[in-house]
Amino acid sequence: MPHNTVAVVGAAETTKMGVITDLSQIGLHADAALNAMADCGLKPSDIDGIACANETPVQLAHYLGITPTWIDGTAVGGCSFMIHVRHAAAAIEAGLAKTILITHGESGKSRIGNPPRSVHPQSLNGQFEQPFGPMGPPSMFTIPVLRYMKTYGVTEEQIAQVAVVQREWASKNPRATFRNLITTDDVLNSRMIAWPFRLLMCCLVTDGGGALILTSADRAKDFPTKPVYILGTGESAETPMISQMEDFTSSRAFRVAGPTAFKEAGITHKDVDHLMIYDAFAHLPIYGLEDLGFLPKGEAAAFIAGRNTAPGGSLPLNTNGGGLSYMHSGMYGMYALQESVRQMRGIAPAQIPGAKISVCHGVGGMFAASGTVIFSNQAP
Amino acid sequence: MATPGRALPQPTPETQHFWDGTKANELLLQRCDDCSKVYFPPRPFCPVCASRKVSVTKASGKGILYSYVIHHRPVPGFTPPYAIAVVELAEGPRMMTNIVECEQTPEALQLDMPVEVVFEPQTDTITLPLFRPAPTAKG
Repeated sequence: MPHNTVAVVGAAETTKMGVITDLSQIGLHADAALNAMADCGLKPSDIDGIACANETPVQLAHYLGITPTWIDGTAVGGCSFMIHVRHAAAAIEAGLAKTILITHGESGKSRIGNPPRSVHPQSLNGQFEQPFGPMGPPSMFTIPVLRYMKTYGVTEEQIAQVAVVQREWASKNPRATFRNLITTDDVLNSRMIAWPFRLLMCCLVTDGGGALILTSADRAKDFPTKPVYILGTGESAETPMISQMEDFTSSRAFRVAGPTAFKEAGITHKDVDHLMIYDAFAHLPIYGLEDLGFLPKGEAAAFIAGRNTAPGGSLPLNTNGGGLSYMHSGMYGMYALQESVRQMRGIAPAQIPGAKISVCHGVGGMFAASGTVIFSNQAP
Repeated sequence: MATPGRALPQPTPETQHFWDGTKANELLLQRCDDCSKVYFPPRPFCPVCASRKVSVTKASGKGILYSYVIHHRPVPGFTPPYAIAVVELAEGPRMMTNIVECEQTPEALQLDMPVEVVFEPQTDTITLPLFRPAPTAKG
């Protein structure tokens, strides 16, 4: 795909964020979609492509009154939206649609219109993981980390530092769920969930949503919003079973999606002004920094503890506060994308002055899938 | 003794041999007849070379503790805190399991410690492969 030929022209989150008891899941989708359309002055009749993950695009097309010529229901967990952006950019390039809406809404906390998840006992997970007592991501996504810690000599204190630094970013964001500054001891003394992981090393559970509208870069100049161009994208998948990761210290899906996006964008790591790495748990930014090639293996924990990703640091990371402190409805990738777009528009609560390139990297499932999008506010 | 309440597998045609094996106190893996890859979980073809010529092979039941967490939240059939572990078998594949006959503490559960399989019946048809610390070889 030639880069810089597709742009985000509409972007918005749900009107409220946090605990939302007056909307069901599909209502959160619609609230975000209507906000994104208002952001760029479009109506549902202007939209000819739609993508979403936890509801089907059929549901949303019907609910919003859209007649699509292109639909994408890719649902591979929290990075589905990065992959929707990648697919949408390719579809616009190929002429399959002109104006594509990507929506997300998730009643993760209030669980209205969000059916409970279950693991079927005949599935691979149901047969070969579930019988051994895991209960969702806090007890599974964390399983590889002891191996990482032993391999590279990383400490529990260093992993706690990830949460401390991200809370500093959240303290600058009025919409963040948790804004009070915390210390390493606060993290280490918070309730034990799945050793070595304490509560404050785990993401929030909240309600919310977000939506993006993409069109071709030549049309983008006619919209009222500042265009955010897509420089490069990547996607991959590894395994639905955390126990079957090839390497417990590295994600193969990250190592494919990230470099694919960098190559397509034609940029190097030193060109990156702003970075989002989906942080469902405190080890994700560590794995992401290394697997995306920002740092050699084993160095990311010390890099974060050394305040290089903190406010004022050389590589601002998860500037909305991340899934650890901003919000996390279950599939967080949409909110990471929203922060990248805000940074490229120059309107983020913790704005990085002069930022021109933002990398947004997502995980799906538990190291199961991955998607990367590289944005720029520089016209082609 | 069976632990009541934990989630139990339902075998499929592709995995029935594995669960028949654990019921007979055997840990069964599969080996590709063409490229010799030993793999898990079960499937009727090789995940490396896609050959359908694969054989069931009995594992030694020996391995090492590869990684784990100690879960502190209640789950049916478990008394927290308990370890959810991954062992690396001597034959190469890794599998999720629990570590039994061992304190569920970071001090007792050392990465790379040798473990061996034990078979814990759950129902008339399902027996789970769990692991315990292996006696240290002396001389």
